[in-house]
Amino acid sequence: MFYREAGQFKTSYAADMAIFPILQDRIGLAVILAIAFIAIPLFGSNFLIQTVMIPFLVFALAAIGLNILTGYTGLISLGSGAFMGVGAYACYKLTTIFPGVNIIVWILASGFFAAAIGVVFGLPSLRIKGFYLTVATLAAQFFLQWSFVRIPWLYNYNASGAIEVPQRLLAGIPVTGANATPVTRYLVLLSIVILLTWIASNLVHGRIGRSWMAVRDMDIAAELMGIRLLPAKLLSFAVSSFYCGVAGACMMFLWYGGGEANDAFNINQSFTILFMVIIGGLGSIIGSYFGAAFISILPTALKFGLPAMGIALSGPVAEHLNYIILGVLILFFLIVEPHGLARLWQVGKQKLRVWPFPY
Amino acid sequence: MNETMVQSQPVVASASAPEKLLTVENVTLSFGGVRALSDVSFDIRKSEIRAIIGPNGAGKTSMLNCINGFYHPQAGRITFKGKMRQRMRPYDAALQGIARTFQNVALFKGMTTLDNILTGRTLKMHRSFFWHLFRHGPAMNEEIEHRKYCEEIIDFLEIEHIRKTPVGRLPYGLQKRVELGRALAMQPDLLLLDEPMAGMNLEEKEDMCRFILDVNRQFGTTIALIEHDMGVVMDISDRVVVLEYGHKIADGSPDEVKADQRVIDAYLGVSH
Repeated sequence: MFYREAGQFKTSYAADMAIFPILQDRIGLAVILAIAFIAIPLFGSNFLIQTVMIPFLVFALAAIGLNILTGYTGLISLGSGAFMGVGAYACYKLTTIFPGVNIIVWILASGFFAAAIGVVFGLPSLRIKGFYLTVATLAAQFFLQWSFVRIPWLYNYNASGAIEVPQRLLAGIPVTGANATPVTRYLVLLSIVILLTWIASNLVHGRIGRSWMAVRDMDIAAELMGIRLLPAKLLSFAVSSFYCGVAGACMMFLWYGGGEANDAFNINQSFTILFMVIIGGLGSIIGSYFGAAFISILPTALKFGLPAMGIALSGPVAEHLNYIILGVLILFFLIVEPHGLARLWQVGKQKLRVWPFPY
Repeated sequence: MNETMVQSQPVVASASAPEKLLTVENVTLSFGGVRALSDVSFDIRKSEIRAIIGPNGAGKTSMLNCINGFYHPQAGRITFKGKMRQRMRPYDAALQGIARTFQNVALFKGMTTLDNILTGRTLKMHRSFFWHLFRHGPAMNEEIEHRKYCEEIIDFLEIEHIRKTPVGRLPYGLQKRVELGRALAMQPDLLLLDEPMAGMNLEEKEDMCRFILDVNRQFGTTIALIEHDMGVVMDISDRVVVLEYGHKIADGSPDEVKADQRVIDAYLGVSH
């Protein structure tokens, strides 16, 4: 009814190729941005921001990164946790060596270090494919995680063996460290995530995204079209690792406020992000958000939502129930739509467009 | 048809001095002990439709794979546009202007028709990664320019209605047509078609023939095609080369080939 594109005629290719060609989509996006930038900082509690929104955004960024590699280029990686770690440690080293430089510059720059490491571990991808490549990326995960723990230089020889995030200011306001308020950290994180989402969406909609998808769908034909496989795959590894690296730096500096690699950048983290991408929808930017929301927000919602609805549960029961419900929901969504929540969203939009007619 | 598409090169009108676009000389290809091609020689003239026929397993597809660099023959020479080629990769073949379609459709199934055809323009796009980060300005102008060209191909192949449909959902006949479109988007000098009409009904075959002839006449594109439908081959091709068990057994105009005793034997079998 309200979601109709009737009467919206496109008179140029530019309008037809816009990422949101339908007016209602653009309005919806503006509303979401307004809520995220204005309503949540103004009215959201610290709990909402710190426990729900910040983790969601960090995971969404990492999921976009992995989606570029796995969803768009068809290379499954189990090293995203480690690449996040590279970002976090790079950012830590950079900001302790050059404390005068703005922390946001270093958060973004740390992505380049992750990208470089990602390219190195992406080199085998020309020769090996599928599950074998997945195993090769596992090597990255274990090797890098080992380095984070065993090379004390990386954590500045701290006795705790962990990153201790120092305080850094942006225009006189603390952005990182113990004194930074959740709202400040949230706003900084949100800006980074939106900027990088916009860039990712630009990339996948152009020549570069098409060459990635061509490699994914039929590499022989792609080569014949003049796409060189190794550069295309390595570029995908680089961009993907860049996103994971920035997500890792954000995780340490804007969310955890310090921590150790074995907790934050372990194999579980890699799996979590892979699940987000699969459940959210392979090859879809918005799917990355859905997947991140599903896996990072739902447990919190269940944990605090059920008691709020009057269902009082003891600690361990709630914990176990949480896992059960989450597992059942994952199964349910994968059966209903194997292509992920993003496809479900598309189908829903299509239904709305032609409502009340079936097609 | 818009002028931009016809610009490629003028059709060679005089048959008296045919220019050779591609020459295959004494090509031998074997996989272990199996000889797929032995000592095959033929040429393809500019702007002609050249058919390669033969019974199953005769080495026709292997021949195409040699021409566009998937296989490297053990012996023999392949000369394209007057240049002898050393071991080349499919990427180099694409760069030199050889496009092809596959026997079993090799489209990018998850992408739309339009994206598939746009992918064929990859080699003509030059904007760097930096501009693609923003999708504005030069990168976007380039996209739009190539979109225009692709729209002309879409118009030519009459597939406007499936422009934004993922090709995995299309019926087979349309997929074949999209694949032809993707190859055409490369503006090739030599177009290799591997069984473009396999599995089609009569109507679809007629459409496909029309497209092949139109491509040849309007853009002067040289076409080499493998096809099993003899009616089609004899009707549309200028010259035919016949392979059997990796050997060339006949080469000439459709009428000559049809009358050749060895070809008749190869197809109908011969009593011993």
